[in-house]
Amino acid sequence: MTETAAAAELREPPRPGAATRGQAQLGRVGDFLLRSILPLLLALVTGAVILWAIDVDPIQYYKDVYSGGVEFAAWQDSLMRVAPLLLIAVGLIVAFRAGIWNLGMDGQFLLAGAVIAGVGSRMEAHLPNTLNLVLLFFVAGAVGAAWTIVPAVLKARYELNEIITTLMMTFIGINLAQILVKGPFQDPTTTTPQTRAFDFTALLPAIPGTDSISRRWPGVHVGLVVAVLAAVAVWFLLGRTSFGLRLQVLGASTRSARHMGLDVSKLIIVAFLLSGMLVGLAAATEILGVKGYQRADWNPAFGLWVVPLVFLARLHAIGVIPYVVLLALASIGGDFAAQNAGLTPRFTLLLVGLTLLFMALTEWVARRAQLGGSYLPGASYRRQRAEGAG
Amino acid sequence: MTTGSPLTPATGGSEQPAVELVRITKEFPGVLANDRISLELRRGEVHCLLGENGAGKSTLMNILSGMVRPDAGQVKLDGRVVEIVSPKHAIGLGIGMVYQHTSLVPQLTVLENLMLGEAEGIRLNAGRARERLRDLGGSLGLDVDPMTTTGTLALGQQQQLEIIKALWRGSKVLILDEPTSMLTPAGVAELEQIVARLKAQGLAVVFITHKLHEAISMGDRVAILSQGRLVGAIEPEELRTATHDELQERIIALMFGGQQAPAAEVVELTDEVEWHAPRRPSDAEPALELVGVTVEPGPGEIGARDVSLEVLKSEIMGIAGVDGNGQRELAEVIAGQRSPASGDIRLFGHSITRLRVAQREKLGLRYVTDDRLHEGTISSLSVAMNIVLKQIGKPPYWERGRIRYAAILAKARELIARFDIRTPGPMTRVGALSGGNIQKVVLARELSFDPKVVVYSKPTYGLDVKTTRSVRQTIREQAQAGVTSIVISTDLDELLDLCDRIAVLSRGSITGVVENGPNAQQRIGELMIGGKAA
Repeated sequence: MTETAAAAELREPPRPGAATRGQAQLGRVGDFLLRSILPLLLALVTGAVILWAIDVDPIQYYKDVYSGGVEFAAWQDSLMRVAPLLLIAVGLIVAFRAGIWNLGMDGQFLLAGAVIAGVGSRMEAHLPNTLNLVLLFFVAGAVGAAWTIVPAVLKARYELNEIITTLMMTFIGINLAQILVKGPFQDPTTTTPQTRAFDFTALLPAIPGTDSISRRWPGVHVGLVVAVLAAVAVWFLLGRTSFGLRLQVLGASTRSARHMGLDVSKLIIVAFLLSGMLVGLAAATEILGVKGYQRADWNPAFGLWVVPLVFLARLHAIGVIPYVVLLALASIGGDFAAQNAGLTPRFTLLLVGLTLLFMALTEWVARRAQLGGSYLPGASYRRQRAEGAG
Repeated sequence: MTTGSPLTPATGGSEQPAVELVRITKEFPGVLANDRISLELRRGEVHCLLGENGAGKSTLMNILSGMVRPDAGQVKLDGRVVEIVSPKHAIGLGIGMVYQHTSLVPQLTVLENLMLGEAEGIRLNAGRARERLRDLGGSLGLDVDPMTTTGTLALGQQQQLEIIKALWRGSKVLILDEPTSMLTPAGVAELEQIVARLKAQGLAVVFITHKLHEAISMGDRVAILSQGRLVGAIEPEELRTATHDELQERIIALMFGGQQAPAAEVVELTDEVEWHAPRRPSDAEPALELVGVTVEPGPGEIGARDVSLEVLKSEIMGIAGVDGNGQRELAEVIAGQRSPASGDIRLFGHSITRLRVAQREKLGLRYVTDDRLHEGTISSLSVAMNIVLKQIGKPPYWERGRIRYAAILAKARELIARFDIRTPGPMTRVGALSGGNIQKVVLARELSFDPKVVVYSKPTYGLDVKTTRSVRQTIREQAQAGVTSIVISTDLDELLDLCDRIAVLSRGSITGVVENGPNAQQRIGELMIGGKAA
């Protein structure tokens, strides 16, 4: 039946985009407000209602989020949290743009973290510090990338669904990281299951200027610079290079990619490796900049936090930055606010979940009203670029 | 007539109509496909819907068959207003549609295909079904072996089976969508007889066509559609009394609203088959050779078996056959999008079997895919980008991996002018263009970077008369410039119009190659039937 339906549609004057026309009516600002801002607002409002329902003052709560995330020197913590979140976000953007659902980021993240925490704390005595840190960044990237090889090859060669394989690999990765931390990388001086800690002075240096504000705060580590540079690089790669266009074509349709003569298998594998590498770098910023060691039970699940954001930003590597900053702030301040209100710190995650829910609802409503566009790889960003250049 | 047969005896034509369409309106963005069309379908009558591609015939009938919901207007069945919400609902109401493209599952037998549509019960009753098939077949004068795999049936037989399938589900109104488009003359005659029997049994038959002579010879009534509007109707009285030429003149006058019709379009409408003599130089060398190429079928495909074909330099070779007989498999194996299980493909004498798509592209091989929306273009990318999609990474459009918008835009502007692509600008998304213009974007890309051998797959499928003509003209010009062309089409007239030689593809094999000429159509028909099993 679908075959004939498609055929019938083709025969009649094709309907050039229910999408396009509605889109034109809505405009770019309206589209941005509808898809990228509205779900966030609805999530905050619903969150407030929930807080109110369980007898917590929502206004006080959100105030606490702000003061806990920004005031005093908390902004430094928030900015440092931006680094891993942003790197994971751009890692996901690379994959999602290519139409690849890399959902194995938490496994890639923890495994990379465990390896550099375990190896790095031993190497620091034998190597100059800067070289050690640079090497560890490479190692983290390599481990993150390596953990995508199995899903990448399975998808490229056998067209196996990567959602399933990356999720399976993430479970294996999380447990393997634990085994490594408790086993070969265990700090012999303690019974706590954790790696040896880096020497405090051997961690990532602060961005000049941020460390002089208060004696108590060491400043914002340079991992943030790495993350922002990575975001700019990914933006350039996706939007300005032939490789980026190839990824977009692949993301739009594998059939088209094959028709255009692209090496689909190679593209899938490269996109996967790049994505995993960026997630691995995220672990490096967190371990080398903030933690200094890895505990076996540590799993911040940053990957899941970031997924809604990359879609709110329509898979735009620079556009995602404000969202990441907001999330970092909410996650740091959210701990403080939740503590004050006697809630679990995971309440912030509830807000993230609500955002995702409202995105889905917005998408559904917009589609019904034929407003066009989508969060899914593609449409909006390319259209904006197209209009900008034309 | 057995009990349980949906066919009721003819009750005479003139009381309450079986179906009334009242001021049906349907707008697709940018196109008013149906503009307040009213139509009455009567039992025991063949109602021809005549109009060119894009006139709104299929939309109107898709509304009746539940595929499309109208924006305004009513559908009345036996005087009762009904709202048809889905194809299933339409079938339940006794409205059956036979599409140009088969909805049969090729791997299943005739009987299994028929039982697929059975609504009631979990267990299949093959015995009863077999009996019913014999009854239904008998009433139409058809003898179909219930155990034949449908994939092995010839086109005409598949179509007959589709009609039986519609009746199987109790249709009282039967819509035939361009049923003759790929039939041989003998097949058309057979169809005419079946339609006569359906009529005699009291069915209301709708016959969609864009061929004037067919409407005149088949119809008891003709409705003429143009640009979404009903522009005229010929009543039974007139059809019986007027001569063929008078009717033809009158219909053309109606179609063009009393204005002088453009001569070319009249030719397009009235000519039955226009062949032309091959203009192939006799000493030409082979440009593309297939030697014993076999392609494993994918899901729902037939594959290709031991196909050998030699296409000479600068000739236009047609490949005729019903959709789904291995056309796509063959086209993709030539383009390099899939690899053959065995056999060799040679381009100018050199084997290209092991080369990738991009490498074949570099040698001058081009493939104009029939799926221009989902394969040939990326609808979210601009016209300009789509035009250079096969040049990704190559100078002058990319320099050291970086994109050069200026060069891309300049090229796009040049090609938009040359191929007459109607677009607001080079940076407009391809998805916003009409089908004809999307096809021109595809042609612009495939034909402008020094092509040597081009495979066209259904190049004018779904296009209006004017665009069809310009696309065919482009194909001819390319051939004149020395480009070798392979035109795969399900439209015999198109092949006779364009090609020097025509190969017939049937169930994945080439059953013969015919020189274009006065007898070509008949011989192609024979080759199609000759490939019939059982």
